[in-house]
Amino acid sequence: MSEVLVLVEHVEGQIKKVTLELLTLARRLGAPSAVWTGPGYSAEARAKLAEHGAEKIYVADSADITDYVVAPKVDLLAQLVSSASPAAVLVAATAEAKEIAGRLAVRTDSGVLTDVVGIEEGLVADQSIFGGGVNVRARVTKGLPIIAVRPNASPVEAAAGAGAEEQVSVAVSDASKTARVVERVKEEKGARPELTEAAIVVSGGRGVGSAENFSIIEKLADSLGAAVGASRAATDAGWYPHQFQVGQTGKTVSPQLYIAAGISGAIQHRAGMQTAKTIVAINKDPEAPIFELADFGVVGDLNQVVPQLTEEIAKRT
Amino acid sequence: MNIVVCVKQVPDTATERKLRSDDKTLDRDAADGVINELCEYAVEEALLLKEAHGGEVTVLTMGPDKASDTIRKALAMGADKAVHLVDDALHGSDALGTSHAMAQALKKIGFDLVILGSESTDARTGVLAAMLAERLGVPQLTFAKKVEVGKGTITVQRVTDYGYDKVEASLPAVVSVVEKINEPRYPSFKGIMAAKKKPVEKLGVADAGIDASQVGLANSWSEVVDFAAAPPRAAGTIVKDEGDGGAKAAEFLASKKFV
Repeated sequence: MSEVLVLVEHVEGQIKKVTLELLTLARRLGAPSAVWTGPGYSAEARAKLAEHGAEKIYVADSADITDYVVAPKVDLLAQLVSSASPAAVLVAATAEAKEIAGRLAVRTDSGVLTDVVGIEEGLVADQSIFGGGVNVRARVTKGLPIIAVRPNASPVEAAAGAGAEEQVSVAVSDASKTARVVERVKEEKGARPELTEAAIVVSGGRGVGSAENFSIIEKLADSLGAAVGASRAATDAGWYPHQFQVGQTGKTVSPQLYIAAGISGAIQHRAGMQTAKTIVAINKDPEAPIFELADFGVVGDLNQVVPQLTEEIAKRT
Repeated sequence: MNIVVCVKQVPDTATERKLRSDDKTLDRDAADGVINELCEYAVEEALLLKEAHGGEVTVLTMGPDKASDTIRKALAMGADKAVHLVDDALHGSDALGTSHAMAQALKKIGFDLVILGSESTDARTGVLAAMLAERLGVPQLTFAKKVEVGKGTITVQRVTDYGYDKVEASLPAVVSVVEKINEPRYPSFKGIMAAKKKPVEKLGVADAGIDASQVGLANSWSEVVDFAAAPPRAAGTIVKDEGDGGAKAAEFLASKKFV
């Protein structure tokens, strides 16, 4: 059975859930080979990858790989594509992994599909486009299929793989060492789950009114173990940092539950959250388009409704 | 400094966007064409860099004849001249084909800095800037929320999940920008009038040195098998808050086993 390369996403050695989703998908397409990049690899990481079906684990954990933007990871994957002749390469549809996928496609003369939400027989990929308005089935027709899959789009199922470890020394070319990361600045907000990974996302918009008032959104999120998101109106106003923006020019999320508070639901926002499984909206304007998407909506002042919801959840848990 | 800013005409997201039933490509006649929003930030950043460091700003677009509206918009904002890649042979090119065509045009124009928006609202692949860096063999400085140019060098703040990375490189380079980077200017009346007289060079596949076997729908690396409008979401329950809205929402969440 051919290998299917899965680029591992991890934060300082902690494997992200999307990697387990990709390994689960990869098992249906061939023999999953996890590809680890950068520092942080551990016995614990190996065990987790093997438990989710990784037959092989390629480990390239030198700092060289992460000291430069994107290109060294492309060097590594191109080297593995050449040595392992995989049936496909799967990456998470994050901003950086999509860039890796794009450059790898150019390098290996292959096709690339981004923002995929499912993979069917024959490597036909499902995509949701135009802000969720149209469903497309597409496939790569030349070269190796390189597929970027959205986090939270497919389930995680454990199934033991051999987890055979192989250290890879990658020859990072000089051409790939041109954009150097000189500093990593962390602007994290607490210990909440990451936005694209979270099963539940609570977002605030214009109706929140101020940066200080975002604390009521954060309290609701914390009561549910959720990530916090923000609409563009809220990030443009400087009430919440840009990396938490959900929408057309921000992150695309597909959580199990999405709660939108004080967000009208313009296409800018809908494009980033329309594929959420369950949507709850709280807005004082009964005409707000967000209610067209909502499974449950409350027309009211979020300053009353959100704290009451947080309190009720606390009572129930 | 010789700056080339790449812009794209996209269907207005406020209108209904469609694929064509015949060749499954974007239906450009179904919706009004507008400049892709993030491209305005790219144009603004190019203009700010020119104002600070001198040089010239060239607009590059690829698209059908009507994409000339998008060129005029960028020229009205203050860009100096434009190159329009227009050729029926380019129709239906995927990201690989588009990046080949754009890279060939960029080599022909020459540049110290290429600036793009980080993604378009229609295809939303977010890969073009990375692909251009790969094809042109220059540093990739993408998802920038801040750009600083020094003597032959460039530093950007690249947006990440945890904040940002400070990234350094030498020129020439490819930069893509996010909307936090600046506030695009509105074209002035004077700018709009001046744009009408600015030179726009039209290039076909052969003129730009594009390999015809690398572009167009038939030569794409991927194909749309089929497509359908997404089924509408079932209508939900909407309640008016009468002092118990939060409690009712909690009941709903409990019924769905979220709490």
